[in-house]
Amino acid sequence: MNIFKRAPKVTAQEVETDIFNKETEGLSQSQIVRARFFRHRGAMISVCVLFAIIVFVFSALGIKILGLGYGGWWKYNTIDMTPLRSQGCPGGLGGCPTFDLLPGKNFGLGDHPFGQDDIGRDYFALVMRGAQRSLLVMFVIGLVAGFIGTVLGAISGFYRGWIDAVLMRFNDFIITIPTIIIGSVIGFHFGNKGVLFLAIFLGLFTWSGLARLVRGEFLTLREREFVDAARVAGASNGRIIFKHILPNAVGVIIVSVTLIMSGAILLESALSYLGFGVVAPDVSLGLLISQYQDSFVTRPWLFWYPGLFIIIISLCINFIGDGLRDAFDPRQRRRISRKERARNNSAQSRTSEQK
Amino acid sequence: MLAYIGRRIAILLVILFGSSFLLYNLSAISGDPLEGIRGSTDPKAKAIMEGLVRSLHLNVPPPARYFMWLKGIGGAFTGHFTLGATRDGNPVSTYLSTAIPTTIRLITLATVIAIILGIGVGIISALRQYSRFDYAMTFVAFLMYSLPIFWVAVLLKAYLAIKFNNFLVNGTISPIWVIFASIISGFFWAALVSGDRKKVQIIFGIAAASTAVFLTFLSITKWFTHPGLGPIMMFVLGMGFAFGVTFVSTGLANKSALRAAQAMPIFGLISYFPVEYVFTKYPGVPAIAVMFLLTMAIAVGTAIYFAKIDRGPVIRTSVITSILVGILFLIDKLMKTWVPYINTDAIHFRPIPTISQSNSLLPAGNFWFTFLDTVTHLVLPTAALTLISFAGYVRYSRGTLLEVLNQDYIRTARAKGLTERTVIMRHAFRNTLIPLTTIIVVDFAAIIGGAIITERVFGWQGMGTLFNTAINNYDLNLLMGVFFVTSSLAVLANLIADLLYSALDPRIRVVGKK
Repeated sequence: MNIFKRAPKVTAQEVETDIFNKETEGLSQSQIVRARFFRHRGAMISVCVLFAIIVFVFSALGIKILGLGYGGWWKYNTIDMTPLRSQGCPGGLGGCPTFDLLPGKNFGLGDHPFGQDDIGRDYFALVMRGAQRSLLVMFVIGLVAGFIGTVLGAISGFYRGWIDAVLMRFNDFIITIPTIIIGSVIGFHFGNKGVLFLAIFLGLFTWSGLARLVRGEFLTLREREFVDAARVAGASNGRIIFKHILPNAVGVIIVSVTLIMSGAILLESALSYLGFGVVAPDVSLGLLISQYQDSFVTRPWLFWYPGLFIIIISLCINFIGDGLRDAFDPRQRRRISRKERARNNSAQSRTSEQK
Repeated sequence: MLAYIGRRIAILLVILFGSSFLLYNLSAISGDPLEGIRGSTDPKAKAIMEGLVRSLHLNVPPPARYFMWLKGIGGAFTGHFTLGATRDGNPVSTYLSTAIPTTIRLITLATVIAIILGIGVGIISALRQYSRFDYAMTFVAFLMYSLPIFWVAVLLKAYLAIKFNNFLVNGTISPIWVIFASIISGFFWAALVSGDRKKVQIIFGIAAASTAVFLTFLSITKWFTHPGLGPIMMFVLGMGFAFGVTFVSTGLANKSALRAAQAMPIFGLISYFPVEYVFTKYPGVPAIAVMFLLTMAIAVGTAIYFAKIDRGPVIRTSVITSILVGILFLIDKLMKTWVPYINTDAIHFRPIPTISQSNSLLPAGNFWFTFLDTVTHLVLPTAALTLISFAGYVRYSRGTLLEVLNQDYIRTARAKGLTERTVIMRHAFRNTLIPLTTIIVVDFAAIIGGAIITERVFGWQGMGTLFNTAINNYDLNLLMGVFFVTSSLAVLANLIADLLYSALDPRIRVVGKK
């Protein structure tokens, strides 16, 4: 087996170009991007799964922020303790999960789908609350870091000169400090002030990579003709930045923000695991794993479910980011299926016959 | 060049100054070091408090206190370098000097394995774009990318360590596992080849069957309880390495490279017993170092003997092969130490530990025991760290290679009739190395940050432990000490990345103005 042997795929480059050109004829850039994204199977599945998880998690258990809130459809909450249910549990330890997907008489969610923890709290409620926290932290960090990174990167790339120097040196300060260290310092001191506060503060320190990318985009885009045209037409700097250049850099920003978000959910769970993030009595997925890691042998479900939620959410975000990157990349070539090739060939032969 | 480095270092010092100032003040204003004592009813509390205020200069406002801390570092120029003292009065640098080697030992092996595996898989994935292998590896990489390391660590402890230790009691593989492993191996090799269905099925059959035979053989001969390679097995493996390295490095058509590489396992076979004697008679790092240098000399000499022209690639091939053969020798020796090692009271047939960095009950003074002990303690953390960082390298090397393969110079290289191996390894792969180096070096800082969690999970006493203590005790000097080391390393890594970049890419000139 020769790993260097070329796979026979680049045989008909013209045919591919032909197919691509036909597909994008008469479409706007955003329509092309959208079409490409919809074709990315992994990303589309991830969008659906993530959407389902968000709806499920936020409807199961109500939340209350700043006095506003709603109740959920799940019967237990994260505080009440019920007697440990030991019926049908292997090994004699009570509180095992009642979640059953196999058809039979136990089919369905049951009383405690994810089981109970060692003091009898319903684990489904705890995991739902933890997933809410993780998703909240993820979106808030994405928003805060995305906003700061975009604005600072845009300003420093557009104006250059001393503004750029100052902002980029400031950026360097933040890059030098490992995220987990600054996160722990912040989390330890501000974690008790609530999850929203923690997320906003973490967002203040995770924008540096994005700012660099946006600055790079702006440095090249500001030299393009359409910027000169806008300036000649009398547009103000603000208008040029936000109306003319920013829409052209939006691909870089979106992809980078999804990466920040997938990093954010792991950062939050790692901090909570270390004890520097969300602290008890509040609940987070990382905190649940940290609390119950020693009971892996006796009560494995206390360990599995929060971990699975972290992985599924993070995996979805990563796949969506990958799909977006492919969609925004103009050089990206997708695989042409045999059917499409055949269709194109027959169409071509027909046109040549007509000639 | 020197002026450039000097200017860069000056900028980096400014950056270090800025970030340490930021962190110092941020952590100073957000916590109260005396909080624990304030509430205490101990009659001596007031005295302790005053002592702490005096020794840590707590009555000085944080920005000014920062400069007192900085003065200690500035003392490096006058020979009075100090990072301050911890709360209990010991100098921070003594803690750091024991913690740094531990952390480095923890991350080095994992990083090296992750880089080699990651780049290898990434390249194959790119060459086989949109194949089954590519799709599978993309999914695996994303999955690993999404794994929280502390979660993986618990799984590894339960399945890799405890189950493996249980398995070692008997050392026999049950038929179900043999079948399972064979099918996995069959899928792996079948996914690697491109071709029609029949060829894939044949490869699948061969791979699965050979894995099954191999595992059954190991199981029947009780190899797992009495491991060892022996001269013959080492020779066979070494020959395999010789062909593999030559194939990737120069191509099998280069006869002098192939001969030089094949000479390495032959030398290994001849020197098997002498080396064994040296290992037993003079255990320790010096003997290994001397033998390493000797091996290098032999490898270079052989290469020069076989190659009359164009010696560089031949020397490269034989040196890489000789290093691999040398590693085989070490593995063989460690495997021979295995049986007495697991029989000691301290180990008692549970060789893979789940926690801590060394076994203190082990009889001291036996070099090979200590070596093997270090290795077994490294297994779990290395596996966890490798799993996590492997994914990034796969994605990145795949993306870069695909980008490079679309360049015009690749088409030119193919058009002038170079073999596909030369095009990939010499024209494409070398160009992917440029962005990869930057990523690897810059990632280094992130890896040290990640080690904080890994150390916590596996109970290692390194920088992460210091960091945890520092935060939980509001020990500002200790925290700044950890930060000083990590961010200096990060900044240095950035500098090295820039210099490497200019060394690898002749288009980039570091000396801007004349």
